Amino acid sequence: MSALFPFHGGLKTVRHKSESNRRPILAGPLPHQLTVPLRQHIGATAKPLVQVGDRVLKGQMIGQADGYISAAVHAPTSGVVTAVESRPVPHPSGLPDLCVAIETDGEERWIERQAVDYRRLHASEVRAVLRNAGVVGLGGAGFPSAVKLNPGGHDGPLDTLILNGAECEPWITCDDRLMRERAAGIVAGLHVMVHLLEPREVLIGIEDDKPEAVAAMVAACAGTGYQVRVAPTRYPSGSVKQLIQLLTGKETPVDGLPVDVGVQCFNVATAYTVHRAIDFGEPVLSRIVTVTGQVAQPGNVEVLLGTPFSALIELCGGYREGVERLIMGGPMMGFALHGDDVPVTKATNCILAAGAGELTPEQPAMPCIRCGACVEVCPAKLLPQQLYWHAHAKEFDKAQDYHLFSCIECGCCSAVCPSHIPLVHFYRYAKNEIWAQEKEKQKAELARQRHQARLERLEREQKEREAKLRQKTPPRPAPAVDAGQLPIETAVARAKPGRVAVSMDEPQPSVAVKADGPERGG
Amino acid sequence: MRFKTATSPHILRETGVGQVMRRVLYAMAPGVAALAWFFGWGVLVNLAIATGVALAAETSMLAARGKPLAVHLGDFSAVVTAWLLAVALPSLAPWWLTVLGVSFAIVVAKHLYGGLGYNPFNPAMIGYVVLLISFPREMSAWPIPHGVGQAHALGLPETLEIVFGGAGRLVPDGLTGATPLDVLRTQLGLGLTVTEIRNSPVFGIVSGSGWEWAALGFLAGGLWLVQTRAADWRIPAGMLGGLATIATVFHLIDPQRYAPPWFHLWSGAAIFGAFFIATDPVTASTTPRGRLIYGAGIGVLVYVIRAFGGYPDGVAFAVLLMNIAAPTIDLYTQPRVFGARRG
Repeated sequence: MSALFPFHGGLKTVRHKSESNRRPILAGPLPHQLTVPLRQHIGATAKPLVQVGDRVLKGQMIGQADGYISAAVHAPTSGVVTAVESRPVPHPSGLPDLCVAIETDGEERWIERQAVDYRRLHASEVRAVLRNAGVVGLGGAGFPSAVKLNPGGHDGPLDTLILNGAECEPWITCDDRLMRERAAGIVAGLHVMVHLLEPREVLIGIEDDKPEAVAAMVAACAGTGYQVRVAPTRYPSGSVKQLIQLLTGKETPVDGLPVDVGVQCFNVATAYTVHRAIDFGEPVLSRIVTVTGQVAQPGNVEVLLGTPFSALIELCGGYREGVERLIMGGPMMGFALHGDDVPVTKATNCILAAGAGELTPEQPAMPCIRCGACVEVCPAKLLPQQLYWHAHAKEFDKAQDYHLFSCIECGCCSAVCPSHIPLVHFYRYAKNEIWAQEKEKQKAELARQRHQARLERLEREQKEREAKLRQKTPPRPAPAVDAGQLPIETAVARAKPGRVAVSMDEPQPSVAVKADGPERGG
Repeated sequence: MRFKTATSPHILRETGVGQVMRRVLYAMAPGVAALAWFFGWGVLVNLAIATGVALAAETSMLAARGKPLAVHLGDFSAVVTAWLLAVALPSLAPWWLTVLGVSFAIVVAKHLYGGLGYNPFNPAMIGYVVLLISFPREMSAWPIPHGVGQAHALGLPETLEIVFGGAGRLVPDGLTGATPLDVLRTQLGLGLTVTEIRNSPVFGIVSGSGWEWAALGFLAGGLWLVQTRAADWRIPAGMLGGLATIATVFHLIDPQRYAPPWFHLWSGAAIFGAFFIATDPVTASTTPRGRLIYGAGIGVLVYVIRAFGGYPDGVAFAVLLMNIAAPTIDLYTQPRVFGARRG
């Protein structure tokens, strides 16, 4: 294997992969009702295309991408739309979001599916197909893939296309099983990506705790020139910037994107959906979800989007005793849910029913003793203790001086803190506060600009009227001339001939200065 | 089903502040044992008094500040402060000296400055300096180490009698003696050369008899601390490196006026200070590069005080001076963030 370029920090965490990665991927249930959120991606919520009472076919678009950074949403099976309304969704905010509820008919009647030959299509047409198929990053972030597959977004050819099969979070094995069972499909999707991006090299990064997946991918890549790189198991090697550093030695700039260093990175599951969309005409209707922890039969399930978590838990034999937290995602970055009545989305890679065995007993937070354990593990090379100090004191500008926004919220610092301070929680809080302040500032700035513009307009109109007035002073102005102007202001201006004369004598009215004066910079 | 929520990460390392502090105590054991062997029961008596006083002072301050007692007493930070100070006190120091020093350290230097995590100065060193300045005579009551001259080992009852004997009963003459750094300092002042002074029986193989074994004990414990990551290697490395560098420079300039670097490294509180005192994370620099600089600063200051200052040893003053500098060092030694431009 080729040389790797280890990233700073990181952790050896518990693994707990074997609980769920021994069984083949199970087919998911077909529940009576599916609740499909219209935003399962980063960007604008999809525009609903259906109404209550509409019959929908499996694969029919029910939400249209709204803008460039958005993604389409489809009916995961055939049935009848019973509601288009806000429903609880799995999101850290706990806020409900717009969903389409479908009562399934159990017939699985498909739309007409059409495979396309991507080699014969223009790149933009291929991207349109992916866009309309709702292809987004399935690693968790859900960024619309068509945007990242547009080489027009960066200068020069792409150096490296990376396929992320690291799956560094403990417990999660959905990518592991996918690579083992459907490596050929992943590579077929990869061909499409390579066709669109024309990278110089293609690297597939997989952590060394997945030897079967590595073997399957190596076999599937035979003869393609794509290289499988096996990385040591170290959290968070699956984080985009860390994986790029690990495989290429390139650091993605603080305020930049991977394309800025000539790299683009996709999850293996995303490549698989690209393959289904192009070679089978199937939009993204399902995904593989790891169900693990305190459930009777942990495993991986291929689930229709919109399936309630509870149905998945049931399929895996139900909860065992003592489930304390229900986590979507892994234990390092996943978030705890209040209940299992939320639907699976494109971002749901894992449902972890965590009991006492999986969680660390809660311990009271102590003062920070500045030991620096967090500095050692921070993959972003931040000073988490200083960030905490300033976030805690609500000194948000200082927190930004310490590069708050370089924090990837991987959780390493919180995990090692001997004082058990929920550090990442403080960073999220600080970021949210700063965003809120930014918004307030923008609003205030806009209001100020509008107010300024209005004052200027009034002043300008006044001057114009005064100029006209002076020209026409000997003959009294006919009221018809001033039609369209405010009669009161005209009257006021007329009533103050002295002031008019004075202001007109001034060499230069202040209007011209103000027009592109300091407020632009302000 | 409804579940409790909490923010990620959901798995945490179980090592707590209490474990870290206890490790410091364990790591002190070999050095303390060596000190007790050479300087008698007084070392252990000091530790016992200091521990009791520290716990009492900590409890009353926590109660006064309305903090949960069990959580904060369980962090063992008060005991660490007590031990650091007790080890630095002469083994035949009167009981009230220990009580005063530890109380000042815990009440003033720790809690009045905000308690664990907030105190800008190393509490044990504040306590030590207060005593050193206020009671110079009591602070020099170090017995002649076991095995040197006609030093006779005191039993526990005799030791207790001296320690608790009250103001009237001073330590018998001939029982205590000048420390090696003291001897070096006075005799250099009298115009003797380093080689001549080194012939005195207070000196052993590398530095002071007895003292050098204690230093070895603290080195062993210190290395274990570094290995378990309870202490950052950069601080002792910086301090010992700084001390060795400046000592080498002066020794090369005039070997008869300036003792060799190995003598300095192995004398007084250098090893103990490097691994146990300077490494107090609360009052040290917190950036990786800053810790090297912070350590080096202490090392250089220790030498300057020893060679040119008014005290035979200077670890306490050096640490306190660098405590003041720590925030500034932190400000200018921030690591380059991942993805930031180099240089």
